[in-house]
Amino acid sequence: MDLTQLFISSLLTNNIALAMILGMCPLIAISTNVKNAVGMGAAVVFVVTLTGIINWPIYQLLVATNTQNLALLVFIITIAAVVQFLEIFMEKNLPALYTSFGIFLPLITVNCVVLAVSLFFVNRGYDFAQTAVFSFGSSLGWLLAIFLVAGIRQKVFAISDVPRGLVGKGIVFVIMGILSLAFIGFTGLKF
Amino acid sequence: MKLIRLRYTRWFNILRDGISRKNPIVVTVLGICSSLAITNKVENAITMGLGVTFVTMMSSAVIAAIRNIIPSKVRMIAYMVIISTLTIAFQLVLAAYLPAINKALGAYVGLIITNCIVMGRAEAFAVKNPVRYSLIDGFASGMGYTFVLLMASVIREILAFGTLFNIQIMPDTFPTWAVMALAPGGFFVISLFVWGIREFIRYYESPEGEVD
Repeated sequence: MDLTQLFISSLLTNNIALAMILGMCPLIAISTNVKNAVGMGAAVVFVVTLTGIINWPIYQLLVATNTQNLALLVFIITIAAVVQFLEIFMEKNLPALYTSFGIFLPLITVNCVVLAVSLFFVNRGYDFAQTAVFSFGSSLGWLLAIFLVAGIRQKVFAISDVPRGLVGKGIVFVIMGILSLAFIGFTGLKF
Repeated sequence: MKLIRLRYTRWFNILRDGISRKNPIVVTVLGICSSLAITNKVENAITMGLGVTFVTMMSSAVIAAIRNIIPSKVRMIAYMVIISTLTIAFQLVLAAYLPAINKALGAYVGLIITNCIVMGRAEAFAVKNPVRYSLIDGFASGMGYTFVLLMASVIREILAFGTLFNIQIMPDTFPTWAVMALAPGGFFVISLFVWGIREFIRYYESPEGEVD
């Protein structure tokens, strides 16, 4: 598949949050304001792209030794290790960056997007370049989704009268439902 | 008389809380990804529910059993190893006995690992409770999850395909709602569930939680 096409499809048509429905827990929990949402999104872009690139050669090693069944275990350990490493590295060397999105890093290990991207490249048989583009595109798509949801949520909270059973997390589902309807509109996109 | 006494035992309370008052999907809003993505067919929902119940139950029990020997600094990665081992076991069983459903669920079986319910119960309950209660707690949370999945998938499958367990039950003239099979249908059905059950158990979030 053409790389540009893959990038656009992972960013918009098959948006990982609004079409594949992944990474919902942090999306719902952290979308209360735009600033935090963008911080979390940026951290996700960073970690997902990095783990995608690291997990691809590791998976080739697993295929070579015929132990693909262990892929899940190996992927999750790689992800946890990368997150831990980044946290230590940033705290020591990049304190400014660490204070801006360091607090979101430990939460990323349990973000389904990270593991899902690694599982999707296995399922779809991507090569290395495709994996890199797909990881970057999907995580950027997630950043876009959390940014949109947080923006709308702030406005909804400020001006509208939400039924009390839906106050808080309930209304986020409605917002995301409407957004994902809108994203279906990208389906006909051709290049 | 025995039934009345049962109401006050700790077993019963943990079980009831997991299914209703602390339902993982409706009240704490955890484990949403799979519940939205999988519920377009009832068979997928049941399989996924059982998988999550199995993994939550077993991982809670194992974590509770070794909770005193894991150093707290590396506990996350220890949980991850336990949970992913159990998930791999479930995935292999599924691939061997129900290959069609395994194919339909695809990567979502592997994503049981990052299902927040599993980690959430480990962190919130299993680390400070003995094995037998952790086992019940994991089971109750899993059942609460399965219950919502089952209800949502019944609604979505009937509206989207006019079928139930792949058997046609709606008349041929029934116009199928294509949107119900896609992501937005999941969002709308689950939001109605959250609303309905929260009204039923009178659980409301305070709007002060929403700071800007």
